[in-house]
Amino acid sequence: MSQPTANRPAPQTKPASQTSPPTSELDLAQEFLHRTTPLTRLRGLLHRYPALSPAIVLVLSIIVFGAINPRFLNPGNLSLITQQVAVVGTIGIAQTLIILTSGIDLSVGAATTLAGLVIAQTASSNHVPAVLALLLGLVVGIATGLLNGLLVTRLKLPPFIVTLGTLSIFTAILLLYSNSASVQGQNLPPLITSLGTTFNIGGVQITYGVVVMVVLYAIVATILGRTAWGRHVYAVGDDAESARLAGIRVNRVLLSVYLAAGAILAVGAWVLIGRVDGIGPNDGISTNLESITAVVIGGTSLFGGRGTVWGTLLGALIVGVFEEGLAVAGLDVLYQVLAVGILVIVAVAVDQWIRKARK
Amino acid sequence: MTIATDNPSSAPTETRTPVLQARRLVKTFGRVVGLDGVSLELYPGEVLAVIGDNGAGKSTLIKCLTGAEIPDEGEIFLDGQPIHFRRPQDARGAGIETVYQNLAVSPALDVASNLFLGRELRRKGILGSVFRIMDTKKMRKQAKDELTTLGITTLQDVTVPVENLSGGQRQAVAVARAAAFGSKVVVLDEPTAALGVRESQQVLELVKNLRDRGIPVILISHNMPQVFEVADRIHIQRLGKRAATITPQSHSMTDAVAIMTGAKVG
Repeated sequence: MSQPTANRPAPQTKPASQTSPPTSELDLAQEFLHRTTPLTRLRGLLHRYPALSPAIVLVLSIIVFGAINPRFLNPGNLSLITQQVAVVGTIGIAQTLIILTSGIDLSVGAATTLAGLVIAQTASSNHVPAVLALLLGLVVGIATGLLNGLLVTRLKLPPFIVTLGTLSIFTAILLLYSNSASVQGQNLPPLITSLGTTFNIGGVQITYGVVVMVVLYAIVATILGRTAWGRHVYAVGDDAESARLAGIRVNRVLLSVYLAAGAILAVGAWVLIGRVDGIGPNDGISTNLESITAVVIGGTSLFGGRGTVWGTLLGALIVGVFEEGLAVAGLDVLYQVLAVGILVIVAVAVDQWIRKARK
Repeated sequence: MTIATDNPSSAPTETRTPVLQARRLVKTFGRVVGLDGVSLELYPGEVLAVIGDNGAGKSTLIKCLTGAEIPDEGEIFLDGQPIHFRRPQDARGAGIETVYQNLAVSPALDVASNLFLGRELRRKGILGSVFRIMDTKKMRKQAKDELTTLGITTLQDVTVPVENLSGGQRQAVAVARAAAFGSKVVVLDEPTAALGVRESQQVLELVKNLRDRGIPVILISHNMPQVFEVADRIHIQRLGKRAATITPQSHSMTDAVAIMTGAKVG
């Protein structure tokens, strides 16, 4: 029989791996492969801080549009951009959470509009108190998340297919529920339209909806960055099987992400009602895809596990700045659409390049 | 020369209590017999290698010991107490950590996050209990301490994402995680299969290091030289049964291969 410990040398006396000096051809090849050029260093930096590239793009685009037409930089114009970004920005938080798990949600806009219509209809036609109407909207938002989440985790369907289906389902339900009719802001209690009202900071008009959006970003960013749940969201999106073997309950994390996204969409519905002063069946529909655009331009990878919510805010702002900047520069509105399309493709191409960093 | 087979009359003259013991495990998959009454003993402070040809039942045996499969018959004892694992989490809770062949690490997360993945430490007081805030500082410090104790000198920055590491360093992270939480047993399934020569050597050093810290290790491997370098005893699996348990001193590599393929009996 062997003596397990007695005749063994201490581990430090035989560091086989460190004794050979790095002179062999293999080591030189390794060194060549891992050489750093300014470009690889930039890539490493962008890789480590995913919100850095959208931040650079945002600052540059503000400078360029300001140089083309100084009117772009006046407070009223900047205020308008933030107001236009508030709805997509809020919905983008939900979209970011789902994309971080390597999913995608095509139904966010329909779910938001459905929640918004429930808030508006119950408050105006059914005379439900404003707070209760908002809570009903929250319940509807969470229910849409529950449906998507259950289909993804229980039936194991790809999120793309699930939300493509629920996009149609939610759209049909909201049209049936509303009889394709809008609710005007003047028919709603002040609390429900309150996020559209503004206050003044240094000459810039800020809506309460923008404040709610920023607060929500801060909360979700903190949860993602500083809690175990946040870590698990990244781990699941990064490699679900590895996460499972590490003891993470993958389905539970996924379902909780869809539920959280649903709750955020309900807040988005409240912001939307404030922004358009009322709500109609088509008001939130464009955000289905616009939220994905914001997330992608914000540096979050569609492959999951990489990105930040703050990046999405930057992404939404970049879209807002481009649209407003091109409008102020006097170009046809179609050029805004063109520019956003190019931005998305460039953003994904840059993401692919960044992901190659030191692989 | 001591040879243990599944025949109880030729049991080794061993007086210590095994840390982990399997007795006459049977596992069938439909009509295929994966395990045909296998016994295994893991004693304190030893490296037990499990070798065998493809289909000999190595993986099934290990899966039964780590809760990934439930044996049809037979008993498993941990420190002499009978145990019944229903899922991998049960085995992990009992102090048996497994490093899987396919490197269960999350590439985008940093080294410290990977070490504590699924077992994050929380802040003291209301920040941790109500707001569930993690104690990142403490986790980083403990991760660093753990790597130093294991003698992993090439990994000093625990805030580096794992994807920036070499294959050997990634495996070191996986082994370190097992070592940090595997209070009773660490199981390594083909830990060097995907690694180069130098990186394999680093992992073998880690295995020896674990043993020197008193944690018994079960090492599944195809690599005979590696097995003979680190193992104290070698469990040879053949056709769903234990063909023999040998030591590197009692048998040569040729003997081991002969027993494995059935050319020689024990």
